[in-house]
Amino acid sequence: MDFALNEDQLELRQAARAWLADRFPLDREWDSTDDRWAELAELGWLDVSEAELGFVEEALLLEELGYTCYPGPYLATVGFALPWLSPEQRARVAAGEERWSVDVDGYVPWLGAVDFVVSDGGTAYPARGEEVTSVDPSRPMGRLEKADGEALAGNRNLPRARTASAAEALGVAQRALDLGVEHAKTRVQFGKPIGTYQAVSHPLAQTYTDVELARSLVYWAAWCVAEDDDRAPIAAAAAKAFATEAAVAACERSIQVHGGIGFTWEHPLHRFYKRALWLEGFGRRPADLRLEVAEALLA
Amino acid sequence: MDLRDTPEEATFRQELRAWVEANLPEEKRGGRGGAQRFDDPFVREWSRKLYEGGYAGLTWPKEYGGAGTPYSFQAILYEELAAAQAPSHVGVIGLGMAGPTIIAHGTEEQKNRYLQPILAADEIWCQGFSEPDAGSDLAAARTRAERRGDVYVVNGQKVWSSFAHIADFCILVTQSDPATPRYENLTYLIADMHAPGVEVRPLRQITGEAEFNEIFFSDVQVPVENRLGEEGEGWQVAMTTLLHERATLGFALTATLDALFGRLLRDAQELDPGPLARDALAREWIELQALLYTNYRALGTYERTGVPGPEGSGVKLRWSEANQRLTKLAREIRGPEGIHDDGWWNHQQLRSRGNTIEAGTSEVLRNIIAERVLGLPRSR
Repeated sequence: MDFALNEDQLELRQAARAWLADRFPLDREWDSTDDRWAELAELGWLDVSEAELGFVEEALLLEELGYTCYPGPYLATVGFALPWLSPEQRARVAAGEERWSVDVDGYVPWLGAVDFVVSDGGTAYPARGEEVTSVDPSRPMGRLEKADGEALAGNRNLPRARTASAAEALGVAQRALDLGVEHAKTRVQFGKPIGTYQAVSHPLAQTYTDVELARSLVYWAAWCVAEDDDRAPIAAAAAKAFATEAAVAACERSIQVHGGIGFTWEHPLHRFYKRALWLEGFGRRPADLRLEVAEALLA
Repeated sequence: MDLRDTPEEATFRQELRAWVEANLPEEKRGGRGGAQRFDDPFVREWSRKLYEGGYAGLTWPKEYGGAGTPYSFQAILYEELAAAQAPSHVGVIGLGMAGPTIIAHGTEEQKNRYLQPILAADEIWCQGFSEPDAGSDLAAARTRAERRGDVYVVNGQKVWSSFAHIADFCILVTQSDPATPRYENLTYLIADMHAPGVEVRPLRQITGEAEFNEIFFSDVQVPVENRLGEEGEGWQVAMTTLLHERATLGFALTATLDALFGRLLRDAQELDPGPLARDALAREWIELQALLYTNYRALGTYERTGVPGPEGSGVKLRWSEANQRLTKLAREIRGPEGIHDDGWWNHQQLRSRGNTIEAGTSEVLRNIIAERVLGLPRSR
C-alpha cells in the first residue's frame, strides 16, 4: 500500500500550477476566450499517454486546471471524449488540431468551441447547433444538430469522465480555500486580522477537511480508473458526488469569509463558484450519484 | 502510488486473518465496546494472545519487545481486527500513549521496567491529563507535585480517565512550580495506582455505564525516578503522548467505523429503506472511504518524510461527526422502532456524543487546523 504522489507526479503538478498561474492569473481578462490550446499541445497535456503518463497524472492536471478556472474545452476533449477516439483521432487531438466534446442528456459543453461531438452511444457529429444558457459563462453549452454522423472506434468510460470532473472540482475547492485563508489573514477588522475570530477560521478549517477528503477520493478513483480496477465505477461516483459538493460549499464559505468584496463582480470568486455549480450539476447530480452508490451497496 | 498490499503486507494480512480465525471464538465477536471491555475477563486473555502472537506493539522498536514493522502493518492489524469484530487490546493507553512516550523520553531503567508488561497486558495504564478546570486547556493543570527530597508529593484531581479502576500505572501531568510561566511549570510523572492516597471513583456517563473515572491524589508519594523528562518539561513530554495518540488513532477510528457501517448495511438490506435513508447511507459510505484513503495518504507522507502529514489532521474531527450521524441513522432506518433500546445501537448512539469531546474537542481541533495547518493567526 503506497498512497502518496511520487517525485515525478509532484513535479508535474508544481509545473502545471506555475504555468497556469502565469498564463491565467486572477487579474486576467476573464471574458477572453484565448485558451492557449496550441501551448497545451506543446506541453503534451492533450494526450498524456504519449509521455507514458496515466490517468492519475491526468487527474493532477485537471485539478490544476480547476485551480486556475481554465477557460478552454480541456475537460470535454481530454476528460470526456478521448476514450471514444481512434488512434488517428487521438493523434490529431494531441497535436491540437481537433477539439471534442460529448452530448450528455441533450447538452453539449463548449458546442461552439469544439470540432466534433460524441453522441448516440458512439457516433461522431460535426459540432453544430444552437447555444443555450450555462451557469458558468466560461463553459458555454449547446444543443447538437445531428447530421453527417460517423461511428467511433472507442468506448465510453463513465468512471473516467466522472473522476475528471471530480478532479477539476477538487482544484476549484482548493482555490476557494486558499483565497479565503489569504483574505482572513490580511483583512483587519476590530483591530485584528479576521482569521483571529473562530467564527471566521472554523468554516475555513471545515473546508480544509472537505478538500483533503475530496482529494483522497479523487486520487483513489483516478488510481482505480488507471488500473481498470473493479471499484472504478463506485469510486468515481463517490468522488464526483463528494468533490463537487465540497467545491460548491468551499466557494460559498469563501464568499462569506470575504464579506462584501466576495459578493462583487470584480472579485474572481464568483467565477470559481459558477464553475463549481456547473461541475456539480453536469451529468449526474450528487444525490443521483449517491442513489447509484446505495444501489450498489444494497445489492 | 499503488493501493494494493505489497507482497510482505499481503503475507502479513493472510497470516493474521488465519491467526484470528484460530484464536478468536465466535461468541466473543461483535461486542459493543464501552465498559464491556473491563468486565469481560476474555479481553485480557485476548490481549495476552495478541502479545504471544506477536501482534502487540507492532511498530515499537525490536529492542523494546516490539516487531519494528512499518506503520502500514499496524493499519492492517486495525483493519483485520475490526473486520473480525474482535475486542481491542486492554492496554490501549499503554500501547498507544504511555509506551511511545517512555520510548521517546524514558531512561533505560524506565524502558526496562515498564515496556514489556504493557505489551504482555500484565500491567494496565491509564491517563491522568484532564482535570475539572483543565479540559481543553491542558496547560492549566493544577494537580500539584511538590518535590520533597527524592519524592514528589502529589495532590489534586484528574477526570475522564478510562481504565483507571483497573490500572496499575498512570501517566500523570502535574504542576510542579506554580511560580514559573505557563508551559514551563508542568512535570510528567508515572504514578503507581496502588500507592497510598490514590482513590478512583467511577464516573457514570450518559449511556448509564461507567467507562471513565475520577482519580483523587492525596499526599501520594511518587519517587523522583518515576519522572519522564526533566522537571518543568511536562508540556513537551505530554505533546509526544498526544502526537502518538493522533498519529495512530486514524486507522483505529476508521476501522471501527467500517465495522459499524457493515452492521448498519446488513440492517438496511433487511429493511429496504426509502430514498432519504439510501442517500444518507451512501453519504456515510462515501465519507468512510474518504477517511480510509486519507489515512493512507497521511501514512504515505509519514513513511516518506518521517513526519505525520497535515492531511490526517482532520480525520478525528470528521470521524467523530460521521460516527454520530451513522449511529443516529441506524436508529432512523428502523422508523418508530428506532426509539426502542435494542442495547447495541442505543449504546453506540449515546456513546458517540462523547466522540466530539474526547481526545481533543472538535472546537480545539478546528483551532489546530486553522492555526497550524492553514497558518491563520492565533485566536487566543
